Amino acid sequence: MARKALLITPELCIGCRSCQVACKSWNQLPAEKTKNRGTHENPPDLSGSTYNKIHFIETTDAFGNLKWLFVSQRCRHCGDPACVQVCPVHALQQDKETGIVFYDKSICIGCRACSYACPFNIPRYDENGKISKCHMCIDRVKAGLEPACAKACPTGAIRFGDRDELIAQAKKEGFKYIYGEKERGGLGVIYALNEPPKVYQLVENPKVSEDVLALGELLRGLVKKGIPVDASIVRKFLGSKETLVRV
Amino acid sequence: MKWIMKAKKERGAKLIVIDPKFSRTAAKADIYAQIRPGTDIAFLGGLIKYIIDNELYFKDYVVNYTDAPFIVVPEFKLPDDLDGVFSGFDPKTKKYDKSTWKFELDENGVPKKDPTLKHPRCVLRLLQRHFARYTPEKVSEITGIPKDKILEIYEIIASTGKPNRVMTECYAMGWTQHTTGVQNIRAMAIIQLLLGNIGMAGGGVNALRGESNVQGSTDHCILFHILPGYLPTPKATDVDLKTYIKNYTPITKEPKSLNWWKHRPKYIVSLLKAFYGNYAKPENEFCYQYLPKRDENKSYAWLNLFDAMYNGEIKGFFAWGQNPACSTANANKVREALAKLDWMVTVNLWDNETASFWKGPGMDPKKIKTEVFFLPCAASVEKEGSITNSGRLAQWRYKAVEPPGECKPDAEIMNELYKRIKALYEKEGGVFPEPILHLNWNYGDEKVDTTIIAKEINGYFTADKVVKGKKFSKGQQVPNFVYLQDDGSTACGNWLYSGSYPEEGNMMARRGKEDPTGLGLYPKWAWCWPLNRRILYNRASVDLYGKPWDPERPVIKWDASKKKWVGDVPDGPQPPLALGGVLPFIMKPLGVGVIFGKGRADGPFPTYYEPVESPLSKNPLYPKYKFNPLAKIFKAKPVDKLAIHDPRYPIVGTTYRVTEHWQTGVMTRHMDWLLELEPQIFVEMSKEFAQEKGIKSGDKVIVKSPRGELWAIAIVTERIKPLKVLGKTVHVVGLPWHFGWQWPKDGSGGDSANLLTPDVGDPNTTIPETKVFMVNIEKA
Amino acid sequence: MINLEILIIYKIFKLAFCSEFFKFIKRDYKLAKYYKNTFKNGGEKMKLTRRDFLKLSISSLVLSSFSLDLSSVKAYAKELRIKNAKEITTVCPYCSVGCSIIVYAKGGKVVATEGDPDSPINEGSLCPKGSSLYQLVNNPYRVLKPLYRAPYSDTWKEVSWDWALDRIAKLVKETRDKYFIHKDEKGRVVNRIEAIAHVGSAALDNEECYILQKLMRALGIVYIEHQARI
Repeated sequence: MARKALLITPELCIGCRSCQVACKSWNQLPAEKTKNRGTHENPPDLSGSTYNKIHFIETTDAFGNLKWLFVSQRCRHCGDPACVQVCPVHALQQDKETGIVFYDKSICIGCRACSYACPFNIPRYDENGKISKCHMCIDRVKAGLEPACAKACPTGAIRFGDRDELIAQAKKEGFKYIYGEKERGGLGVIYALNEPPKVYQLVENPKVSEDVLALGELLRGLVKKGIPVDASIVRKFLGSKETLVRV
Repeated sequence: MKWIMKAKKERGAKLIVIDPKFSRTAAKADIYAQIRPGTDIAFLGGLIKYIIDNELYFKDYVVNYTDAPFIVVPEFKLPDDLDGVFSGFDPKTKKYDKSTWKFELDENGVPKKDPTLKHPRCVLRLLQRHFARYTPEKVSEITGIPKDKILEIYEIIASTGKPNRVMTECYAMGWTQHTTGVQNIRAMAIIQLLLGNIGMAGGGVNALRGESNVQGSTDHCILFHILPGYLPTPKATDVDLKTYIKNYTPITKEPKSLNWWKHRPKYIVSLLKAFYGNYAKPENEFCYQYLPKRDENKSYAWLNLFDAMYNGEIKGFFAWGQNPACSTANANKVREALAKLDWMVTVNLWDNETASFWKGPGMDPKKIKTEVFFLPCAASVEKEGSITNSGRLAQWRYKAVEPPGECKPDAEIMNELYKRIKALYEKEGGVFPEPILHLNWNYGDEKVDTTIIAKEINGYFTADKVVKGKKFSKGQQVPNFVYLQDDGSTACGNWLYSGSYPEEGNMMARRGKEDPTGLGLYPKWAWCWPLNRRILYNRASVDLYGKPWDPERPVIKWDASKKKWVGDVPDGPQPPLALGGVLPFIMKPLGVGVIFGKGRADGPFPTYYEPVESPLSKNPLYPKYKFNPLAKIFKAKPVDKLAIHDPRYPIVGTTYRVTEHWQTGVMTRHMDWLLELEPQIFVEMSKEFAQEKGIKSGDKVIVKSPRGELWAIAIVTERIKPLKVLGKTVHVVGLPWHFGWQWPKDGSGGDSANLLTPDVGDPNTTIPETKVFMVNIEKA
Repeated sequence: MINLEILIIYKIFKLAFCSEFFKFIKRDYKLAKYYKNTFKNGGEKMKLTRRDFLKLSISSLVLSSFSLDLSSVKAYAKELRIKNAKEITTVCPYCSVGCSIIVYAKGGKVVATEGDPDSPINEGSLCPKGSSLYQLVNNPYRVLKPLYRAPYSDTWKEVSWDWALDRIAKLVKETRDKYFIHKDEKGRVVNRIEAIAHVGSAALDNEECYILQKLMRALGIVYIEHQARI
């Protein structure tokens, strides 16, 4: 199995959010109690029970035309996943075959090092404090099915396939920007765009703090040594996120 | 949107969206125009003018396949001549005497024609004169769309008047829910006829119908004016079957017209046989008198129904899978009307605003006498049967699991009800029990086998019979409606569905994926009425010799060597028109597409009138008639109130839907995943208006009309802009109507936008004008 | 601002009293020294750079590498929920496009639903309503028993089907017998009843629509309407 990817084409997205519901349906995730905050976008953020969402952007193009953009937000499945590198207990892993970044909740100690490491601010935690994020429906993919969101998408705005082929396809279709081709070791979620990524509010030059990775190494060492890493203590370390990041 | 996006991507199709708000569809459009609600006929009339003035219509099509060349009698007058109404208008009764709405006939009784389209009284020239005043400038002033944009859109649409170019038109309630609803659709039908886009692959005027089986429920005619298969319900004046048949079986003198409705006698007799079985005999008019006859001067349409209920005329009421307390215009009137009933039966999956009306806002249960039943039914995957989509495709659904708790499939509830009512009449006697006792009803003792019903709908022989040289025996399924008889030897529940369940089996359950035409017709996927024909009026897609107008995308073509049509199932096997065949519009007595619509109550051509509630004091095109003079207005006191140029309600309101919810929301508000996406009623408004009112996005506001008020969350957006109408600024706001007080339980969803809307109706259909009304808004 | 470093140090201090930590210190004094230094320089900004950690790891204290030790981890991919489930097809109950949906059922329960890729209408895709179908059948809010609200009552009460249907049949007959119009004022046979009305439903199957209008018309009802009108 070659490395897999999702190709997101916001130009094709109609913001129907079938992907959000299909994800919840397949992954049996509870609904959130939301409210209308003066926008159609909901839930307000990714969460332990929301692995993907469509971000709605109202903007105006260079010619003064109104644009309403819909951008799928979710784990990018980095080729070089900082979350996997930082996870002290190997709860987060990168599947060697497909490149999918998945996780085992039963191992997760809820230390949140991954949320700290992620340059895209993706990992969230369920009600038990365990890692929760898009895993590209690895159970389906391994069984030869496409992820629930890609399956449900009516317009092909979320396409699933071999990463190389999807990139070649996006280039063939003439898109000016292929966001994720090279970023972070090549993302597993690629965006085909005709406007610069910043228009779609995508992180430019996503960076990972070396310190965090190092901290991960330290934590992992502690675990290796048989020292029970108290999740709350680790969380305290990570609570100092701001300070650490700025060093 | 799946196929629209595909057409855009792969074929370079242009998507034009005209809507009062910039929707998610608009976000994908090549051109978007924000239109003032209710001004569609101005826009479309201007387009008709543009097409005719610039001679961009598809001439061969128009001359041969429409009534454009037909000559109208000189007595006929246009609103141009009569200040806004057609000839025959009676201002007292507000009705038309249609005696001048007719064609000049030749000595054979066939309309006179001018194929050169030059005669000043031919339909095309009358149409041109009728729309002469709909100039781009005027259209712009009325609709609020800039003139440049109007012309840009006109140019693209008119470019599809060529044989190899085609436009499809999709509409929904944004066009129908108006006092000019029918004429909105007619205007587009006229445009598509002028451009030769009817019967073509990728053409047509397509209703995006809202409910999973609204096509099927309409075909089976759960409507006061029609019986299954669009057979008119008898009126008191249709005193016997003979009179009924005479009144509703059209005759034509046009020799090239197939005039399909000439078969109506076969369909009504076969229907009566399906209803009354062996009791239906020639000597008792096949039990024709068992059918209720409606008063010919009375409407029993939806709005009339609730008006009668409000007035205390209705005692018992079934609300079966419907939530009128939220779905009806002027919903407060309905909620009060329900309190005047003796009893009400509701059948649904969930409790809702109708079933629980007696404990709704402002209600005092201790004062409400209505006895209410809630019968819990099975969901779609807990039973078996067929549903018909917007494209007339009947598809079979299977049962996956048993219904939960004590829920029963609807058919079983109907069966139980019938059996118990029948038993009571058998035991106690009663008034005119025959239609009940003699009803042909054998669908199972307790569990209902829906395939038995499907077979009855298809039709079967009730006696041995030879038809078209083929021998059929009693009990055998009818192959299709061509075999139906008017002598009582066939029974058929709905002639249109005849062919869906022949001897070979259930055609609706087919899953064949072949697409021999390459047009996406998939003839072996499920089954399409009539006769599995996928594109209606497909004979209009070819020239007089059976050659497709667009050879690249032929729907059908005439194979001269084999002397037969290839492609889709043609509208009749007859050869092409020039080779001794028939005209393409086979359901019309004259065989052609109808531009001069003399069957309509409010005029043969669409005419621009303001909505009943409008921000203007006058109709800019016909100052004498502000709104449709035939609009149905109800006057129940004190609930029927209108804001006709009322300064207290200066803002134009409109309602719409979001894709995450469905109808009144009963089937989506109870789905947590969907409620998460759109949890509360909102009102969308422009930044300019919000600023005027000091409203910020996310604020709770109160929206008021003369009929009611509700709170909503403000969405302040660039997607709605103030409009310039006749030089003045007009603000528009829009709300969805998916919410109701009963669920979510904590009241966080809000209530129905139909508390605001007016119960005024279209003169042809009585559909309410829920798409335009006047409101005011204040911060809560 | 309370220096976050102090917090960390406090935590380490606390840790120092637990036996495991002592063992740990015994095993590798370098780390302890590091922490100690940090403790001494408590007022300073803690400079935990990757370089520092790497230095530490050289000491063989930190053994981890970025290669994964899969043997310690359960494979994520569990058995598919839909394996060995009964598969039936249905058509979406929401709008009128007619998208086909596969329903997976196991042990009398729907375990999953998703778009039917064989359908030429939707080719496996769905809108959010169609995607939510699972929740229509696995829904905690459905009414599971017939309910009855007596005149002037302020509550629903659960009743049996038999009771409800018998009562409805009786009311229908009473109302029909009382208000049936055999002949109108002009003496024409009309055989109708205007005192009972019916609405619904476009959400029913064709077969149900057909027998429903058949039943209502047999009763003589003329106020027969549904969603298609509005």
